Amino acid sequence: MSTKQQKERVDLLQGTLDLLILRTLVLGPAHGHAIAKAIEFKSDEVLHVEQGSLYPALHRLIKRKWISVEEGTSENHRRAKFYRLTAEGRRRLTVETSKWDKLAGAIARILGRVEQEGQS
Amino acid sequence: MRRKRMLEDLDKDIREHIEAETLENIERGMSPEEARYAALRKFGNVTRVKEETREVWTFLWLELLREDIRFSFRMMRKSPGVTAIAVVTVALAIGANAVVFSVLNALILRPLDVPHPESLYTIEHWRDKSLALSYPDYLDLRDHNRSFDGLAAYNGTQAGLDTGGNPARAFVDEVTGNYFDVFGIQPYLGRFIHASDEHGPNSAPYIVLNYAYWHNHFQDDRGVIGRTVQLNKHPFTIVGVAPPGFHGPVLFFTQDFFVPIVNQEQVEGQNSLNARGSPSLFMTIGHLKAGVTPQQAIGDLNSIGSYLEKTYPQADAKLRFGLARPSLFGDFSGPATRAFLTALMLLAGLILLAACANLGSLFTARAADRTRERAMRLALGASRGRILRGLLTEALLTSFIGGALGLWAGAALLSGLSVWQPVPKFPVQMAVYPDAHVYAVALLLTLISGLLFGAAPVRQVLHTYPYQIIRSGSISTGRPITVRDLLLVAQIAICAVLITSSMVAVRGLMRSLNGRFGFEPRNTMLMDTDLAMAGYRGDRVPAMQKRMMEAMQTIPGITSVGFADRTPLNGTLRRSMVFTDKTTDLRPSNAAANVIEYSVSPGYFGAATTAMLSGRTFTWHDDTNAPRVAVINQEFGREVFGSITNTTGKHCQLQDGTRVEVVGMAENGKYQTLTEDPEPAIFFPILQSPSSSTTLLARSNLDPAQLAAAIRSKLHGLDSGLPSFIQTWNKGLGVALFAPRMATISLGVLGVMGVMLSMTGIFGIAAYSVSRRLKELGIRMALGAQRKDVLQAALGRVFKLLAFGSAAGLLLGILASQVLASIVYQATPRDPLVLAAVVLSMASLGLLATWIPAQRALSVHPLTLLREE
Repeated sequence: MSTKQQKERVDLLQGTLDLLILRTLVLGPAHGHAIAKAIEFKSDEVLHVEQGSLYPALHRLIKRKWISVEEGTSENHRRAKFYRLTAEGRRRLTVETSKWDKLAGAIARILGRVEQEGQS
Repeated sequence: MRRKRMLEDLDKDIREHIEAETLENIERGMSPEEARYAALRKFGNVTRVKEETREVWTFLWLELLREDIRFSFRMMRKSPGVTAIAVVTVALAIGANAVVFSVLNALILRPLDVPHPESLYTIEHWRDKSLALSYPDYLDLRDHNRSFDGLAAYNGTQAGLDTGGNPARAFVDEVTGNYFDVFGIQPYLGRFIHASDEHGPNSAPYIVLNYAYWHNHFQDDRGVIGRTVQLNKHPFTIVGVAPPGFHGPVLFFTQDFFVPIVNQEQVEGQNSLNARGSPSLFMTIGHLKAGVTPQQAIGDLNSIGSYLEKTYPQADAKLRFGLARPSLFGDFSGPATRAFLTALMLLAGLILLAACANLGSLFTARAADRTRERAMRLALGASRGRILRGLLTEALLTSFIGGALGLWAGAALLSGLSVWQPVPKFPVQMAVYPDAHVYAVALLLTLISGLLFGAAPVRQVLHTYPYQIIRSGSISTGRPITVRDLLLVAQIAICAVLITSSMVAVRGLMRSLNGRFGFEPRNTMLMDTDLAMAGYRGDRVPAMQKRMMEAMQTIPGITSVGFADRTPLNGTLRRSMVFTDKTTDLRPSNAAANVIEYSVSPGYFGAATTAMLSGRTFTWHDDTNAPRVAVINQEFGREVFGSITNTTGKHCQLQDGTRVEVVGMAENGKYQTLTEDPEPAIFFPILQSPSSSTTLLARSNLDPAQLAAAIRSKLHGLDSGLPSFIQTWNKGLGVALFAPRMATISLGVLGVMGVMLSMTGIFGIAAYSVSRRLKELGIRMALGAQRKDVLQAALGRVFKLLAFGSAAGLLLGILASQVLASIVYQATPRDPLVLAAVVLSMASLGLLATWIPAQRALSVHPLTLLREE
């Protein structure tokens, strides 16, 4: 990874990865690699997710019963673990998303003001 | 566990992830090697990922636990009164169980610490379960039986040991040569005594030390082996030290050292090795041979017994045997001890159960208090499981704090009990130190009780419906009379019984210390000596005894001195048959009375303050050259002569045909126990009925410690090699007072348990009743009710239960005291002080237990309550 690439990418805030995983799983159960790919792809590769850090996050979510695990077969016909959103997780996603929206809105407003102030 | 399974799958998961990424990279046109490296790089540090994932599980688990514990502590601090009561209750209940179980474990569950304890038996007499055998009979059983791998025997006695200028009394076990080999144990130091050491009387002057005695008296000095010491002025060589923990086959007896029984004459001053008629051996033990059942062995022993009966008809009548476990002194005291300890364990278990029930209602009351809080938490999305876990954590935390406290106190008590020698005259000691089993059981009981009383409010929690509760406040579930009410009344009643009987016992004990025993124990010092321990024989014995008495008379402050072969109520007794003068056939069945015998010196009656009712006491002229005389007590006169007057000058006969003239009559006394009925007693002059072992009585108003020092130095001036045991007569009565004291102490301890149970029980119900009716009380107050009315509404029912239980308990206690009167002298419930004290205790107990709930009920502020709704 070059330094240039690194600059363009944004490191994840704590807890954000959990939210991203939940959001990805809304579309249906997926295995670990697929989740990593999806996050990478959807964020236009701006978000820097070290693929390994996905696993502690997944286990944290399992522990909290926000997602569950089941055995399944991946697209290349291998047995793999599939992660599925639970009802609790779905509720959680709604709560967290609205929290995130509020936070993002607030930050945007603050930053916007700074921009305006800077322009004036 | 789920956590384990998840982590096991992690490796596979990561491997597949990397393979998938590698495949993708290859599809993008990388070489396989390049593709794999890129995938690994993208994944990051595999080991760290694994570690972090593992941490998720541990950390979250710990985190939740810590949260629960912190929350519980906060809850406990919020109501310190309740917490303290709960913790003390658990501590007492767990402590009681730990102590009782430890004793049970030490005396019954744990096998004797010798090889193959399962085949070790003691021989007992079939009829009376006594264990004593005569030495010649033992030899015949040992040599002719075909069932045992060796039979050993021993007898316990006291002797004077002098290791160099410090003569002291010691407890000695005289053992047969094969004793240690029969047990199959190895010496800790040096060697044991063996059968090959025995070559006739006094042929084996060897000593094997008990490990604890070696540790305490020889400071673990390994150089003692081979040392020569003086035992009753006879040289003995220390040959070995027994292994730690070994103190013979009886758990509650110990000894200072072992000597061969063939040296009995040197140790006891006399020998009964050839007396077939005198059963002097304390116990006979051996291992059954492999494959021999106890039944076969008993048959074998009985056939030897009937041979002995035929051969020695005078000495050996009715020799029928049985076998028993030796550790609790055979069937003589074993079954009673076992039954007593089992009953005690059951009682302790019941106390724990009752404590759990009470704490359960306490916790339910608290759960009821927090109904709104819980409803709120449920509404906010907390799971019921999480709330239950919080409650359970609190119960377990309470239980563990209490359990630890109880176990700590119990262990301290057990250590004290283990070194306690209740009777200084006998080597009674019980090692009841708690071991791993005790700690495990205490831990288990603590866990179970925590779960039990923690589970009490579960139903309540599961039925909390947030909507309903937030709308209407708490739900009341009133029933007329609940099981809990009945349980509480029963507990209060039992508590009242225990308080009543322990107070009756305490009063009786206090009275009996000031009672009339036929002698006056106050202001008297006792000095036990055995001249045989200092090598006195024959005529030198009475001469020395007279010199000791005269020497004590010269101590300023001593008003009267006398001595006797034993004092009344000292735990030992000598009895013999007495016949009327006209009886010619001196068979036991023709005896006029079975009387208690004492040999006393001139001056004894004065020193003991035993009142003479008629006739004279003894003088130094009542010796072997004078006609045999005796002083009798009133009961003797009544039983033998049918009259308590004009007995002076009459004669009676002893079993050996000796005619004795009665020269005086003394008042009746207590000889064996304080509660006994009047017993006939006869006093002989010590010169006509000599004994080398005597107790000297010195009456004086001097300070006991000062007096003891003066007596000791006087004795030292007469013979520095004579060991003595000096104590006040009041202390000497310890043996006679042992049973009533133990009864009083156990009743007191049980009384404390009863108080504790009733307190938590009343408190729990009162608290529950107040918190359930808080709203109603608020409304009553708003409508202008007085404090009295509020209390009446909140706690009236609880007080009714208390009054009912106390009354029932008091009545039962008075009935139970009839039984108590047979153990404790002058115990009577017809004592206004006792009745008043019981009523007062029950009332203050009720007041204390309802104090916190009452305060809470009175502090209800209608406005706050209404606002909350």
